Amino acid sequence: MFKRLFLIATLLISTSVYSISVEEVKAITLGETDARIAALGKAMQTADDKTATFLQALSDDAVKIAGDKVFVVKDDKAFDAVTGTELALPDDAEDVINNNRMRGEIDSALAALKLFSKDDTVRAAAVKQLQSDADETKLPLIEKALVTEQNPGIQEQLGMVRAAALLNSTDKAKRLEAAKLLATSGQANTKTMLLARLAQEPDREVKAALGAALRQVESALAWGDKLGALFSGISLGSILLLVALGLAITYGLMGVINMAHGELMMIGAYATYVVQGLFQKYLPGAFDWYLLAAVPVAFMASALMGAALERSVIRFLYGRPLETLLATWGISLMLMQLVRSLFGAQNVGVENPSWMSGGVQVLGNLSLPFNRLVIIGFALFVLVAVSWLISKTRLGLFVRGVTQNRPIASCMGVNTARIDTYAFALGSGIAGLAGCALSQVGNVGPDLGQGYIVDAFMVVVLGGVGQLAGTVYAALGLGILNKFLEGLTGAVLAKIAVLVFIIIFIQKRPQGIFAMKGRSAEA
Amino acid sequence: MNTSLTPVSLPAPAPLLSRTGWAAFLLALMVVCAVAPVLNLLVPEGSLFHLSDYGVGLLGRIMCYAICALAMDLIWGYTGILSLGHGLFFALGGYAMGMYLMRQIGLDGNYKSALPDFMVFLDWKTLPWHWTFSDSFVATLFLIIAVPGLVAFVFGYFAFRSRIKGVYFSIITQAMTFAAMLLFFRNETGFGGNNGFTDFKRILNIPIATPNMRMTLFVMTGVTLLGFFLLARWLINSKFGRVLQAVRDAETRVMFSGYNPLGYKLTIWTISAMMCGVAGALYVPQVGIINPSEMSPANSIEIAIWAAVGGRATLIGPILGAFIVSGAKSWLTVAYPEFWLYFLGALFIGVTLFLPDGVVGLVKKLKGGAK
Repeated sequence: MFKRLFLIATLLISTSVYSISVEEVKAITLGETDARIAALGKAMQTADDKTATFLQALSDDAVKIAGDKVFVVKDDKAFDAVTGTELALPDDAEDVINNNRMRGEIDSALAALKLFSKDDTVRAAAVKQLQSDADETKLPLIEKALVTEQNPGIQEQLGMVRAAALLNSTDKAKRLEAAKLLATSGQANTKTMLLARLAQEPDREVKAALGAALRQVESALAWGDKLGALFSGISLGSILLLVALGLAITYGLMGVINMAHGELMMIGAYATYVVQGLFQKYLPGAFDWYLLAAVPVAFMASALMGAALERSVIRFLYGRPLETLLATWGISLMLMQLVRSLFGAQNVGVENPSWMSGGVQVLGNLSLPFNRLVIIGFALFVLVAVSWLISKTRLGLFVRGVTQNRPIASCMGVNTARIDTYAFALGSGIAGLAGCALSQVGNVGPDLGQGYIVDAFMVVVLGGVGQLAGTVYAALGLGILNKFLEGLTGAVLAKIAVLVFIIIFIQKRPQGIFAMKGRSAEA
Repeated sequence: MNTSLTPVSLPAPAPLLSRTGWAAFLLALMVVCAVAPVLNLLVPEGSLFHLSDYGVGLLGRIMCYAICALAMDLIWGYTGILSLGHGLFFALGGYAMGMYLMRQIGLDGNYKSALPDFMVFLDWKTLPWHWTFSDSFVATLFLIIAVPGLVAFVFGYFAFRSRIKGVYFSIITQAMTFAAMLLFFRNETGFGGNNGFTDFKRILNIPIATPNMRMTLFVMTGVTLLGFFLLARWLINSKFGRVLQAVRDAETRVMFSGYNPLGYKLTIWTISAMMCGVAGALYVPQVGIINPSEMSPANSIEIAIWAAVGGRATLIGPILGAFIVSGAKSWLTVAYPEFWLYFLGALFIGVTLFLPDGVVGLVKKLKGGAK
């Protein structure tokens, strides 16, 4: 766009006469900022391509003044800013200095002028830029553009920009009209705009109209807000579910307090990072699909680590939960330091594949990012796979058998020690899957696991030990509760409120949502 | 039939300390009150026997940790309740002290205001309500004990009443500390946000950075530690202490014998929290800072490892454990900073796997083998 303007500009400079007058040019370039801005606003009323060219030159710092003459410098040649004839640049010519405020004004004036571009994306961008700093001086241009605009989407946006420009008019009738127009907008920034205006509005009638408009906008936004909170709640819940599912197996079924669970997640995330690096190096063409390869790798990396831990440490501590807590905490410290030694203490960058970036726009203020949608689907997939594994396969049968009655299972010929290893490896592998998923939405660093371990235990404790269904309800419930509270109180207070809620809930139901029944309950 | 009761002869209550125990205790008291101050203040700096200011600070800090370990031993070693929330009580005591120290800065802060610097920074005009008593030293001494005690009492009452125990209790206490940490990180709660309190100038109008003041705090910490040791010893030797150990070993049987464990558990839990609060209050003027990271779950778990390394249910063990682990930490984090977490991790694993009774248990075993 700039290039094209310049092309036009150079053509015009050599052939035609400027419509922008000498007085206007001088007023825009010389004097105090306030006066210059006023002059700029006035020039915008009758602006055309020539004005645009001059403003572009001004914005590019290509304007010089000498005495009462204004020059546009282009390719080491100087042209008269008004007539466009080539002139010799006097030695005492000085640069025109634009301060930040002037620069902002010039940019938004240029944006207004870009409303007449032939390129849809340029016009859309110009509309977007104008939205934040629309004022009355640009109104004639906006209205002119509105008449010629063909694209319905841009037209609608432009209508909103016009309303925004009207909103700050000195004319009361125009402000009333703006309030009426803006009331139909379902966008979040309309609300901020109305609130800002309402704060400084002197006229009572306009104030009432603005208030009514604000209420209408708010009610339109309310649905999007609610659905948005619900969606991010489900999204958080699905992450919690992924994080807690592995723990539900190691803690819930096996009774092992695995404080290193977070670090097993971290291993999964780093495995994803390594796979990404390998793809970048050896298979750059298939980079978009690295995540598919990373899923099994992350699972296996964490599962093998889990199996090794079970064989070397945890198996000696069965039945002593408090000791497992301490020993696995030690393991977690060592794993964190190991990752720091190998990959450095800084976070590493894991990129989303291109098909995971972006999102679907559902409502004016509600868009669902693809990476969140993918993770919800992934959590569902893992959940189904795990419950199938536990309830339908031979391994699941053995795990349940060993959990319920180890001696009898052993008598039936089940190799209980091996089942313990498999079960722990399974739980660890699921932690790895969680880590793989987390790498797509958050930072990957040595501390990744620490941020989730308290949450994960909360979910399992709330859900009830040994209950996969409870884990699911607890994860989703906590996720949604957390996000709705966040809307009311802010993130940190919401988190505290949820923790307090859990502590109180455990008072009432010490065994979680689904209490274990029968003899095992007292164990 | 003879219905008169047969007199049962109970074993005489164990003495508070054996003769060698008293000797060791008096020796420790002398080291704290006389030897260390002399070595620090009177022996010239170049001498081999000079105790550096850094050494005094380190020993003072470790003695604070030892108080925490002792408190942990009462609740974990003798009552069987693993708390992962003792870091909170430590920090609460520390914050109570810190508030007083902040007020003692007076007009000497960066902004020359009577309000603590961070409040000026946040553009607050008056002290929040919970700072009301912070200019009184007596009230601060009361709060140091009362605040952790009250929090522990309320939390413990609900937890023990609904018979939360074992791992559940540990995890819930961890969540409690975590929630408190998040809360203290907030600026608007009036505890200085993530910077916490620092830049202390004086205590009781006496400058805090002088050698004499440092030594005074050191001696106070040492005397407190030894005093708490005697208190703990007396508690566990009493009937109350025996019920605690019975609760640890078989709570259900204790209940069938007609005892209600709630009162016992709640009492020792609250006492333990108060001890931690005192430790925190002694710690803050010595290190010159308190911030919410003291409440991080890792800190509370470290207290447990001190107790485990030294040997649970031995009283002297946890104190030793605090010295061994913290001493190793201050050496390793300087000499081999990469190595420290490996060491600490290996210690967690090694002690649980190979030394269930800790260092004291190992010493006992070695002695037994020698006989």
